[in-house]
Amino acid sequence: MTLAVFFGCAFIAFGPSFALFVFTIAKDPLRVIILIAGAFFWLLSLLLSSLVWFIAIKASNSQDLTLQRGLLIFGVFFSVLLQEVFRFAYYRLLRKATEGLAAISDDDGSAISVRQMAYVAGLGFGIMSGAFSMINILSDSLGPGTVGIFGDSQYYFITAALMTLALTLLHTFWGVVFFEGCEKSRWWVIAAVVSLHLLVAGLSLLNPLYEGSLPPVYVITLATGVWAFFSSGGSLHSLSALCTRRKAEGESS
Amino acid sequence: MNTSDSEEDSYNERSALVQCESPTIPSYHQDHDMSLPQETDTKRGRPVSSGLDEPGLVERERAATPDGEEEELTLKYGAKHVIMLFIPVTLCMVVVVATIKSVSFYTEKTSQQLIYTPFKEDPNSVGQRLLYSLLNTIVMISVIVVMTIILVVLYKYRCYKFIHGWLILSSLMLLFWFSFMYLGEVFKTYNVAMDYPTLAMIIWNFGVVGMICIHWKGPLRLQQAYLIVISALMALIFIKYLPEWSAWVILAAISIYDLIAVLCPKGPLRMLVETAQERNEPIFPALIYSSAMVWMVGMADSNNPDSGEQHLFILFFFIIYKHFSNILVLFTKRGVKLGLGDFIFYSVLVGKAAANGGDWNTTLACFVAILIGLCLTLLLLAIFKKALPALPISITFGLVFYFSTDNLVRPFMDSLAAHQYYI
Repeated sequence: MTLAVFFGCAFIAFGPSFALFVFTIAKDPLRVIILIAGAFFWLLSLLLSSLVWFIAIKASNSQDLTLQRGLLIFGVFFSVLLQEVFRFAYYRLLRKATEGLAAISDDDGSAISVRQMAYVAGLGFGIMSGAFSMINILSDSLGPGTVGIFGDSQYYFITAALMTLALTLLHTFWGVVFFEGCEKSRWWVIAAVVSLHLLVAGLSLLNPLYEGSLPPVYVITLATGVWAFFSSGGSLHSLSALCTRRKAEGESS
Repeated sequence: MNTSDSEEDSYNERSALVQCESPTIPSYHQDHDMSLPQETDTKRGRPVSSGLDEPGLVERERAATPDGEEEELTLKYGAKHVIMLFIPVTLCMVVVVATIKSVSFYTEKTSQQLIYTPFKEDPNSVGQRLLYSLLNTIVMISVIVVMTIILVVLYKYRCYKFIHGWLILSSLMLLFWFSFMYLGEVFKTYNVAMDYPTLAMIIWNFGVVGMICIHWKGPLRLQQAYLIVISALMALIFIKYLPEWSAWVILAAISIYDLIAVLCPKGPLRMLVETAQERNEPIFPALIYSSAMVWMVGMADSNNPDSGEQHLFILFFFIIYKHFSNILVLFTKRGVKLGLGDFIFYSVLVGKAAANGGDWNTTLACFVAILIGLCLTLLLLAIFKKALPALPISITFGLVFYFSTDNLVRPFMDSLAAHQYYI
C-alpha cells in the first residue's frame, strides 16, 4: 500500500503492453483505431455478460452464498464465451474493412495486413481486459489499508498484476492465432483458443491458491506465445536471422 | 484558394474569433459548392488547422474537385485525422479527470446553481428530481435557442464593433478569471502557499499569452494547448455547477438539439450562415460571443449579493460556451477541425463519470465509448458526404456506457476482483 507497490504492480501489469503500444502501434494511425475498436468490442462483450449475470443475480436469492458464488462462476464462463464470440465478430468486421481499405490504399503502403490486424486486435482486447481488471486495484493500492487483514492472502496486488500481465499477453496471442485460424478455416484452432481461454479462467478460480493458478497460466502463456509465433509465419530460421542481425525473410507479427 | 489563404492567415482577429459552432451549416450542401471555401474560412478561422478546435460540423469540404478525387482525398486523410482529433480530445479529458480526482472543489456540490437550471433537485424524491431535471433541461435548451435568435438579429443589423468588443471581453474574462479560480483551488488542495504578486504575474502572463495566441498569432502547439485548457476549464465549471441529474439530461438534450439543428433546414443559425454568405463576410463566429455578452449584462442582478459576482461570471461563460456545442468537424484539405463545444461536452461526460464514486472502470469505458463515437462520426462523414452532427453518436455511446458500466459491470467486476477470478 505504498507508491512502490503502486508503481511496481502498474509496471508489471502494463509495462509490456505499453511497450508494445509505443513501439509497434503508436506510429500508425490505422493501428491505433483498430486497437481502440478492439478495446470497444471487448467492452461490449463484458457489458452483455454483466447484464446476464446481473439478471441472474437479481432473479436469485441473495442470501444464499453458494448460489451466488455458483452464479459468479457461471458469469465467468459465460463472459469468456462471449468474449470469443465478439472476437469472431471483430474478425468479420475487420475482414470487411480490409476490402474497403484495399480499394483506397495509396502507394504509401500503409494498408494493413490481416496478420497485423490480428495482432493489434488481440492487443486491444488484452489492454482493455487488463485495464478493467487492474485499474481499480491500482488506485486502491495508493490509499491506506492493510492487505489481507481479514485473513486473505498478502500477495494480492502482485498476483493480480502478474495475472493481468498473463491475460494481456494471452489475449494478444489468441488474437493472432484466432484470426489465422479463421483465415485458413481451421476450426479446431478456434475451438482450441476457446478451450484455452476457458481453462485459464477456470485456473483463476483456484485463486487464493496461487501455486495452482499462476504457474500453469504462465506455462500456457508461453506455449500460446510460441504457437502464435509459428502461426504468424515465424520460424526458427527467422529467429536465428534475428540474432545474427540478418534480414529475416519470414514475417512475424 | 480562399480557404488555404485564410487558414494561413488565421490568426487575425476576425478569423480567430471563429470558434463557434454552427449547428447550422445549411450551406454545406452539394448545391453550395462555391460557397464552401468561404464558409470554411469563416468558420474555421480558428487556427490550429490540423487538429484542434474548430467548431465543426462533421462535414466535408468540397472545393469544386470532382467526386472521385474528393473521395480519395478524404479517405486518404481519414485515419491520420481521426488520430489528430483523438489526441486533443484525450488530453482534454485527461486534464479534466486528473483535476476532478485530485481537486475536491469541483466535486463539492454547492447550493449555488446556474440561473439556467433554476429548479433545485431534491435528493429525496425520485419523481420530483426527474421532473425538475427535465424542467431544467427545457430551460437550458430554450435559453440556447433564444440566444441564437438574438445572435442572428444582431448580425442582421450589423452591430459588428459591438460584437467584436464583447467577444474579446469574454475570452479575457475566461482566461483570467477561471484560471485564477482553478489555480486557487489547486493551491488549496496541495497546500501551496503563494503570495499575491507571484500569482498576479503568473495569471497575467498566462492570460495575455492566451489572448494573443487565440486572437492573434501564436505557435500552433501553444494555441492548441490553450484551447484544450480553456475547454477543460469550461467543462470543470459545468461539472461543478450543473445539478446531478440535470447534467445527464442536458447532455442528452444537447445531442438531440444538435442533431435537429444540423439536419433541419429551418434553424436560426442556418439563417445566420446564409446571411454571412450573402454578405460574403467572415464575421459569423464573433456573433456567437456577442449574444453571450448581452445575456450576461441582463443577468447582472443576482439574488445573492455575496456570490453575486462569481455567479455572474459563471453564468456568462456558461452561455458563451453553450454556444460552442459544436456539432461539426470539418474535413478540409489541410486537416480536421473540431469545435470547442465537442471538447467541452465530451469532457463533461467523462468528468462526471470520474466524479461519481471512485470507479475508474466507468471512466475508462466512457472514454473508449466517446472515442469510438468520434470515429464512427467521421466514418459517417466520409460515407454520407454531408453535414452531420458530431455530438450525438459520441454522447449516446458515452451515456449508454456510463449507465450500464456503473450499474451492471461495476458489481460484476467488483465481485470478480474480490475473489480474484479472471475473465
